Amino acid sequence: MRLPFVAQKNLDSKKFTAKEIMAERHKVLILDDEQDLLDLYRDLLSKLPSQPEVFTANSGARALALLNAEKFSLLLTDLNMPGMDGFQVLTIVRRRFPALRTVVMTSMVDEQIRARAYAMGIDLYLEKPNEKTDVQLFVDCIESLLEREEAGGFRGVQSKSLVDLIQLECLSQSSSVLKITNKSVEARIWIQDGDVIDAQVGELSGEAAFKSIMSWKTGNFEMLAADPSHPRTIVGSYQGLLLDTAQAIDESQATEVSAKGELSVAEGGTASPLGAVSRCHGVEFAISVDVNDKSKVDAWGIENPAAMAAWVHSFMHQLHVVGEKLKAGQLMKVEGMGVQSNLGFLSRPDKELCVGLRRNFTQSDMAAALNEVGTKWVS
Amino acid sequence: MGFLGLFSKTASETAVAKLPSGSFTIDRTGRIVASTLPRSFDEKLTQEIGNIVLEVFLKAQTVNLPLKEVFIHYAGLKITGRELRGGAMIFLAPVK
Repeated sequence: MRLPFVAQKNLDSKKFTAKEIMAERHKVLILDDEQDLLDLYRDLLSKLPSQPEVFTANSGARALALLNAEKFSLLLTDLNMPGMDGFQVLTIVRRRFPALRTVVMTSMVDEQIRARAYAMGIDLYLEKPNEKTDVQLFVDCIESLLEREEAGGFRGVQSKSLVDLIQLECLSQSSSVLKITNKSVEARIWIQDGDVIDAQVGELSGEAAFKSIMSWKTGNFEMLAADPSHPRTIVGSYQGLLLDTAQAIDESQATEVSAKGELSVAEGGTASPLGAVSRCHGVEFAISVDVNDKSKVDAWGIENPAAMAAWVHSFMHQLHVVGEKLKAGQLMKVEGMGVQSNLGFLSRPDKELCVGLRRNFTQSDMAAALNEVGTKWVS
Repeated sequence: MGFLGLFSKTASETAVAKLPSGSFTIDRTGRIVASTLPRSFDEKLTQEIGNIVLEVFLKAQTVNLPLKEVFIHYAGLKITGRELRGGAMIFLAPVK
């Protein structure tokens, strides 16, 4: 039994603007050391009905840099990679991004490895698709995972919201302590003979804590033994409490949606100074460095910003100097066609910019992408 | 009629420095091995362009972003560098 969420109704009936839809799109990160496979996966996943934004990384370090820069819904990773392997990446991801859904795609058919991966808390273990039917299965699995992400739900009980869990406990007149963890925050809800008697999260307790916990969309839960001696601080019925909470969540979601719209207008949807640039078509990473001080760097999706910034700074400086000697006029742009990524360089009086662009871009694609990047960067 | 002399400067006085057009090849040690650039074009500048292009290929590799080709666009000149087994072939073409 699910309580009628006014919030959901309001969101469904709201007409989203293009910017809001962009902000709501799932972001999927694919990690594999084989560039051809990355291109193939990108093509497959870009055609999913949910139209996720697909990012690729060919090393664990780069994947972690992108995860730090953006909020992703899903990470698809290979296991067998040079340098940092998939297990190492998953270990770090579990610690730093516990809410991120993870999928392993590998050609290693080994039950021990599969068990080890599941023990690390991955959501799916897939063998790399070989046949057409495998490809369809792979695509369906990913779409289903993204849909599940959209619906929320607590891991351990698929498609069940926290409201469902509490109703279940209360309707069955149970006594238990519900321990819920969301990222590094831990909360508890005490249920005694089918009534919610107390809740605690951080410094909050009672109804305020309960409402705060109920606003969480995802997390892990554990049922602990009842604690009959625990003092009662919540006196109302659980139905009334859940209805109040639903209303509060409704209000907070409405505020969140409008705030997101404003943010995307101001900063292109991310808090990074290069947020608007990172949103441009085909941009895989970006770094800007101050002309006068190469230690002043803004980076997005880059694993080694210091080394990269030093290179960009010195390269662009050399080009400005030689341009003056040649009397060739202003340096407009530099395009580099690469093996793993293409590179684009732009110059402003105060800053130099380098962006990584998809390696399958032709020179005319590059020109169009750099035009877009240039417009966003200058503005 | 002495004032007409103002309009009759010699060719060398009126010549505007032309942007270079041509190509040259530089080996992995930075030595220029072949060039079709005009002789009037400063050799030091040719060497400087060659070194920049060689360095960009080298540095790109050290930051794990190896490049095969680079296009440098100035308002009046386009420089194209193509990686060539550690060296580079470089084309200079004025923008028309």
